[in-house]
Amino acid sequence: MSKKGEGRSLGQYALLRIAQALPLIIAIIIINFLLINLAPGDPVTALIGEFPVPQEYVEEMRANFGLDQNIAVRLVRYLGNVLRGDLGFSFNYRVPVLDLVLNRLGRTIILMISAITFASIVGISLGVAAAKWRNSFIDNFAVAFATIGYSIPVFWSGQILILIFAIWLGWLPSGGLQSIRGDYFGWALIVDRARHMILPMLALSLRYMALTTRLTRSSLLETLNSDFILAAKSRGVKSRGILWNHGLRNAAMPIITVVGFHFTFMVAGSALVETVFGWPGIGRLLYTSITARDFPVLLGILLVVSVAVILVTLITDLLYAFVDPRVTYD
Amino acid sequence: MSNNSSKDSSEINKIWYYFRRKKLAMAGLVIVAMIFIMAVFAPLLAPHDPHSITRHRFEAPGTADHVLGTDNMGRDILSRVIWGARVSLLVGILASVTGTIIGITLGAVSGYFGGWVDNLLMRITELFMTIPRFVLALVVISFFGTGINRLILVIGFLSWPGMARIVRSEYLTHKSHPYVESGRVIGMSDWRLIFIEILPNVMPQVVVVATLDIATAILLEAGLGFFGLGDPNLVSWGGMLSLAQGYLRRAWWMSVFPGLAISLAVLSFNLVGDGLNEATNPRLQSEGFNTAESKLSGGKT
Repeated sequence: MSKKGEGRSLGQYALLRIAQALPLIIAIIIINFLLINLAPGDPVTALIGEFPVPQEYVEEMRANFGLDQNIAVRLVRYLGNVLRGDLGFSFNYRVPVLDLVLNRLGRTIILMISAITFASIVGISLGVAAAKWRNSFIDNFAVAFATIGYSIPVFWSGQILILIFAIWLGWLPSGGLQSIRGDYFGWALIVDRARHMILPMLALSLRYMALTTRLTRSSLLETLNSDFILAAKSRGVKSRGILWNHGLRNAAMPIITVVGFHFTFMVAGSALVETVFGWPGIGRLLYTSITARDFPVLLGILLVVSVAVILVTLITDLLYAFVDPRVTYD
Repeated sequence: MSNNSSKDSSEINKIWYYFRRKKLAMAGLVIVAMIFIMAVFAPLLAPHDPHSITRHRFEAPGTADHVLGTDNMGRDILSRVIWGARVSLLVGILASVTGTIIGITLGAVSGYFGGWVDNLLMRITELFMTIPRFVLALVVISFFGTGINRLILVIGFLSWPGMARIVRSEYLTHKSHPYVESGRVIGMSDWRLIFIEILPNVMPQVVVVATLDIATAILLEAGLGFFGLGDPNLVSWGGMLSLAQGYLRRAWWMSVFPGLAISLAVLSFNLVGDGLNEATNPRLQSEGFNTAESKLSGGKT
C-alpha cells in the first residue's frame, strides 16, 4: 500500500473513477437494448407494453426505433434516445416514462436514506456495545440479532410489523403515503407522513442494522487489538477515550461499506417493502408495471436504478478514499 | 503432486473436525437436513394435497385436521409449507450451482492468465455486480415468462460475480506456488493446471461461497414469488406470502408460517456457510463469528 501523495492524487483518482463509470452506464443501456430485441415476439411489444394502442403509434415507434434498419443503426438510435432522456411512453399512466420514474424516485430515496440512517445508529451502537463488553449478554444478543436479522426477507418482516403495530396494537397506519381522509397541512401533514413511513423504514432497515452491527463489532474488535490502541493504552489514555477517539474513527468504514456494496440489494429491498406497504415509490411502480405488463416503465426503472447504483458506488468509493488515507488510488 | 485422494480426505476430516465444534453451524446443518427431508418426502409428509381447494376457508391454526390453518381457498397451510420446501431448495441449490460453474470458470481464467483477459473479465464482473439483480430478474422474467427452469437459470446467471472474484484471488496466489510451477516445467497444459491441479485446492473456498449463495438465491426466489413471478404451477413460500398480503387482517397464519420457513431456510444455509468458512480458514478459529463479511461484500476486502 502506498501512502497518499506517492501515487495519484485524490482529484486524479476521482477523475479516473468517473471515467470508469461511464462505460458501465453505456453497457447498461446496451443491456436494455438487447432485452428489447431479445424479447419474444415483436420488439414493439417491449417498447409499448401490452396495451391496445393506435396503429399509427405502433408505426411511429417502429420508425422511431428504426425496426426496418439493421441492428447497429437501431443501437445508435436507441443510445441517442436514452441519452436525450427519451425512455418511451407509459400507456398505463399516460405520461413519459422518465417523468414517471423521476417523480417516484424521491419517495424511494427518502425511504432508503431514513432506513440507512436508522440502521447505522442502531447497528453502530449495538456493535460498539458488543465489542466493548465482549462475550457478555449484550454481545451474544448482538451476534444473534446480526445473524437472524440478515436472514429474514424484508417483505415478511414488513408483514409482521403490520400485524403487530397496525393490526394488533393499532398504533401505526398499515400503509400508504398519508391518511386518505385526513386533510392535513403544514406540520400536521409532515407528522402524518412520517407516521406512515415508520413501519416501512423499520422493515427496510432490519437487514442493514444486522449488517452494520456485524461489521462494526468485527472491525472494532480488530482495531482494539491493534498496536496503536496498545500504544494509546500504554500512554495512559482512558478506555472510553480509546473507544471513541481511536476505535470509532474507523467506524465510518462499515457504514460506507454497507451503503456501497449493498445498495443494489437495498434497491430490491425497497421494491419489496414498498409493495408490502403501498408506499408510492419506484418499487411500487415496478410492481404495478409488472402486473400491467407496462414494459417501457420496467426498462426505464432498470435503467434509472442501474445508473443510480453506479453513481452511489462511485460516491462511496470516493468517500472511502477520502476517509481512509490508506486506500491506494488505483 | 499435491492432491492425491488421501490428502483430500484428510483435508475433509480436518474441516469436519473444526466444523462440528461450532454449535451454531451444527444447528444450521440440522435445519438444512430437515428441510431436505421435507422436500424429498413431501408427498408422504404432507397431510393434504397442497392444491386441493376446500370449503374450510380461513381456518385458524391448531385444529387437528389443519395444524397450521387454511388459506383463502381452504388449502392446508402445513401441506403447502412442506411442498414449498421443494421449490426453494431446488431453485436455491441449482441456481447456486449454475452461478458457481460460471464463477469458477471466469474467476479461474481471469486469475490464472491475468493480463487483458483478466482486465476484460473483471470489467464484466463489475458490470454484473453493479446492475440491480432483483430488478433485472423481474424484467427478464416479465418479458420471457416464468417457470422453474427459467427461475433457476435467471437467478444462476445473475449470481456468479462474488464467486468469480473470490476464485480469481485464490488463483492469483496459487499460480506462483511451487507445485504449479513444477507442473508447468514438466509440460502440463494450462487447462490441466487450472482445472485438475489448482481447482481442488480452491474447492474449500468455493464450497463456502456456494453455500452462502444458496441462501441468497432462496431469498431472491422468494422475492420474485412475492412479486407474482414464481412458477404458477408450483407451491412456493414467496407466492404464499404474496397471497397472504391481501388477507393480513383476516388470517395472520397465512403470513407467519411461510415467512418463518423462508427465514429458517436462509438462516440455516448462512450458518452452515459461516461455519464452513471458519473451519476451512484456521486463521479465523479464534475470532469466531465475524468473518463472512468478505464473502458478503463479494470478496472485496
